[in-house]
Amino acid sequence: MSDDLRELYQEVILDHGKNPRNFHASDDATNEARGNNPLCGDQLVIYIKLDADGKIADASFLGKGCAISMASASMMTDLLKGRSAEEAQHMFEAFHHMCTGEGENVELDEDVEKLKVLSGVREFPTRVKCATLPWHTLVAALKGENEISTE
Amino acid sequence: MTTSSTARLVTDPYDVEAIRADFPILARTMHDKPLAFLDSAASAQKPRHVIDAVSDVYEREYANVHRGLYQISEAVTERYEGTRDIIRDFIGAAHSHEIIFTRNATESINLIAHSFGRAFLKEGDEVVITELEHHANIVPWQMLRDEKGIVLKVAPITDEGELIMSAFEELLGPKTKLVAVSQMSNVLGTILPIEDIIHRAHAVGAKVLIDGCQAITHFPVDVQALGCDFYVFSGHKLYGPSGIGVLYGREELLNAMPPFMGGGDMISSVSFEKSTWAKLPHKFEAGTPAIAQAIGLGAAIEYVNGLGLAAIAAHEQDLLNYATQQLLSVRGLRIIGTAPNKASVISFMLDYAHPHDIATIIDRAGVAVRAGHHCAQPLMQRMDVPATTRASLGLYSNRADIDALVQALGDVEEFFG
Ligand SMILES: Cc1ncc(COP(=O)(O)O)c(C=O)c1O
Repeated sequence: MSDDLRELYQEVILDHGKNPRNFHASDDATNEARGNNPLCGDQLVIYIKLDADGKIADASFLGKGCAISMASASMMTDLLKGRSAEEAQHMFEAFHHMCTGEGENVELDEDVEKLKVLSGVREFPTRVKCATLPWHTLVAALKGENEISTE
Repeated sequence: MTTSSTARLVTDPYDVEAIRADFPILARTMHDKPLAFLDSAASAQKPRHVIDAVSDVYEREYANVHRGLYQISEAVTERYEGTRDIIRDFIGAAHSHEIIFTRNATESINLIAHSFGRAFLKEGDEVVITELEHHANIVPWQMLRDEKGIVLKVAPITDEGELIMSAFEELLGPKTKLVAVSQMSNVLGTILPIEDIIHRAHAVGAKVLIDGCQAITHFPVDVQALGCDFYVFSGHKLYGPSGIGVLYGREELLNAMPPFMGGGDMISSVSFEKSTWAKLPHKFEAGTPAIAQAIGLGAAIEYVNGLGLAAIAAHEQDLLNYATQQLLSVRGLRIIGTAPNKASVISFMLDYAHPHDIATIIDRAGVAVRAGHHCAQPLMQRMDVPATTRASLGLYSNRADIDALVQALGDVEEFFG
């Protein structure tokens, strides 16, 4: 089997894909958005709860999708807690660069380094959107938008 | 024909390896593996005969059609118009002018919705479709509904993917003006009983549009024997070029319908006060058409006729049975679409892997399939799946393609099983 496949489907990703963390709806979310990938019909909803200081107190998601999008959403929601919307936006940019090679190469803090396991999608252009869909949806939720499509 | 290659003549028995040699692309590799192309339902590969016909037009005989008063233009016009005769005979139409060239089946259906729909359907009139339609046979009717207030009714299917005839019949009534159905599902492979559908629709005075996109490549079609009012398909699924599609309509209907687009080629005379329309078929063909593509489609039909659709159907049915058997031996695999009367398409789910992950993994083994909703999201909801992986067969598919698929699914199991 090819090395880039092994690079893409690392243990960590398979694990997050099979047992996604923070996989539930939320009653007290302050921000919520639905993300659609029209190419494959995958959908997910991101729930964010911002506290009084504008920090992310809780993040969760629901949806159906491939291992890559599930793992990406799972890891993302794990990393968001305690961060500000601005920090989240910064993480998105770093992650986007990691997956596409586009944009600026943003310095990552140690936690965000964990997302590097998803960078294998670079070798699979049609799958980049699977990895970035949760992040696009998060950015929409933080901006107060309800729905986005990755196309 | 003036092309260098010839259409193949009927070989008995069906020699699929010799046939494969007619399709240059099948000799290539994908990720250094032999190409197992199992996505013909999305778009089929082209035989040398078609490739040569298209390059021959550009190399020797290209000019605009219906305009030039010189030899090349006359010759290419003759070949372009001659393609209509080939298509007329292929689908059993009464007249060549009942064959309208479009870009694809999607455009053909939109043409009907715009022209027939706008002129003859009014508020409260009903259009009946089925749950297994492609978006191309759903969205144009929704647009017409929003514009004119027609009512769109959807006939249900069973869990196996068969139309529920009794429920379909219940939807029919005096307000039904059009029944628009696929002859074969691009997701489930189900072949619909369109003779029966047409008969019942006509009994209430409705017109019938058949979406023959998938069906036309797998078995013989005779629009007069069927008695349908419209029949549409795309050239690219029938081993022809993309950019060319067909709308067949019965003469008196097409004559009664207003033009779809205005411009050159579709007029008889134009002044600033008034223009008059050209006769059929040109009334519906505004602007410079897809000339080489139409001629390429003619060559594709010659090629298919050389093999014979009956022989193609027998080969594909045998392979479909083999593929079904082999796939069912894969652990955790479930086939979506199990109607007894089906052809050439197998959609499936693995209970441990998402279709996208499956497609990505088997691509690296040289296997090309489609994964997703196949432009049939309502059908996905009906079957309660987010997406499927779809392997589809063409006249050149062979057992090695199926074996490569089954083996590659082993790689998927290794990751996800
Ligand atoms: C049943 C059916 N109808 C319509 C279409 C639309 O064809 P095209 O995209 O060539 O217009 C397709 C193609 O996928 C199809 O399978």
